[in-house]
Amino acid sequence: MAISREEVEHVAFLARLGLTEEETTRLQEQLSTILDYMRTINEVDTSEIPPTAQVIPLRNVMRPDEPRPSLPVEQILANAPDREDNHFRVPPVLD
Amino acid sequence: MSTSVYEPVIGLETHVQLETKSKMFCACSAAYAGAEPNTHVCPVCLGMPGVLPVINRRAVEFTLLSGLALNCEVPDASKFDRKNYPYPDLLKGYQISQYDLPFTVNGWLTIDVDGGPHRVGIIRAHLEEDTAKLIHKRENGASHTLMDANRSGVPLLEIVSAPDIRSPTAARAYVQKLRLIVQTLGVSTGNMEEGALRCDVNISIRPAGSEPLGVKVEIKNLNSARSVQRALEYEIDRQTRAIEGGQQVIQETRGWDEDRGVTVSQRTKEQAHDYRYFPEPDLPPVFLSPDWIDGLRQQMAELPDARRERYQREFGLSHYDAVQLTSALGVGTFFEQAVALYARPKVTANWIQGELFRVLRERDTDIQELPLTPEHLVELLVLIDDGTISQAIAKQVFDDVATSGRSPRTIVAERGLAQISDATELERMVAEAIAANPQAAADVRAGKAPALGFLTGQVMKATRGKANPAVVNQILKRLLDTA
Repeated sequence: MAISREEVEHVAFLARLGLTEEETTRLQEQLSTILDYMRTINEVDTSEIPPTAQVIPLRNVMRPDEPRPSLPVEQILANAPDREDNHFRVPPVLD
Repeated sequence: MSTSVYEPVIGLETHVQLETKSKMFCACSAAYAGAEPNTHVCPVCLGMPGVLPVINRRAVEFTLLSGLALNCEVPDASKFDRKNYPYPDLLKGYQISQYDLPFTVNGWLTIDVDGGPHRVGIIRAHLEEDTAKLIHKRENGASHTLMDANRSGVPLLEIVSAPDIRSPTAARAYVQKLRLIVQTLGVSTGNMEEGALRCDVNISIRPAGSEPLGVKVEIKNLNSARSVQRALEYEIDRQTRAIEGGQQVIQETRGWDEDRGVTVSQRTKEQAHDYRYFPEPDLPPVFLSPDWIDGLRQQMAELPDARRERYQREFGLSHYDAVQLTSALGVGTFFEQAVALYARPKVTANWIQGELFRVLRERDTDIQELPLTPEHLVELLVLIDDGTISQAIAKQVFDDVATSGRSPRTIVAERGLAQISDATELERMVAEAIAANPQAAADVRAGKAPALGFLTGQVMKATRGKANPAVVNQILKRLLDTA
């Protein structure tokens, strides 16, 4: 099942990936192969099986509502490309 | 404005910050108000790679409680999903939310407006996480943005109403009722000014009586129940003018400009929303056992509607009075504490709805903020009943108590406000009033009733309201009849 070039570009945009022409072509082929494989899986009759989002046999893993200390602000900002006082500073966000 | 020809169709999406101690998926303190920027942050709420979220059990319970209070159904199982979109306030690049299996669905709440009560459907109430706070700066002609992650990961309850609302006042009443419910449950402060309860509104208009829906406009940035109403009134008018002017309403997002009182078109993204939801692989599903749900039901506080019915039944109040007493947090409790000490519910209710509500309106505050206690009100009512003070003076004393928190008895004594019932002193003052107003006195003798009221008024004025009007009246009649 072929995925169109426009679809690849759309998905790349949503993920904020800048692809070259060659990369777009390569990903178009690879994504098509992946979708073909999914189509094969889709042929299995699953009408009797409830949708499954998790295969790990865990449920209701929760913690009590007890606060613990956060990290020091210097550690939080350690990887920030830019900062202003104790804020992260980022390029302007146009609303 | 010819809104009568058009019918608005309104639905609301409300985000409620849950009042947990810690955040939704990490143990950072959720009490970030007033904190220094980025001091309530850890690798989880900062969205560092490889970290694992863990569900806050209390946040889930607060969501379930809210859903139950909104008459929602609770499914057997629920799960979290990732909602993907790029924005600098969303540190992971996705928000953990709920998509196809929310915690609660298909409920309703009632509002008392437009000849109500009316039911407003609740499509769903689900749990998600709040985003970081962005501060947009502009200096020397250049802009940049600052980011504070303290709010990132605070639990957020999203409540989606059905498009059942048909007027701006009903929308306002819906927000107020929702706020009262979450406050009553104790799951949120519901403080809209602080952003603990935030509304987005969807509105379209259609010719009254027609079935198909008009073009939908979303309004954001509504931070009070009043601005919800105002923005809707503006928007109905705007859309009506557009249609009557032969223009089309464009599907778009508009922001509410509180100062100018208008909605403003916000730059619409070319890209339609494409959130690519998928199940959150880091969080196992949550199964909602009947035992758990029943336990929550039992610990649920008495809700406003139930309380209103009880007031009608227990205290013989009218529907109207009961609605008034149960429409703001703390008022009902104040009333009940007062009535426990003073067995005249109707009188108590009247004072609350009259004087107390007036003071709250004038000072734009809540009952919790006033130093006035139920004991104060009862003391004041007893002072009226035993003739110590008049109704008019009692209202002055009420204002004083509401400001100073001093006891009414003390205020009456210190300010010399006790009613003058001493017949000798009053008789002297009445005689003075008659002497000063011979024409009015003559009129009374001639049988003109209004003149009697005038003379009584003169005595009340001379005593600055402290004379007992009934006694003054008696003396007046006696003096003028025998004169």
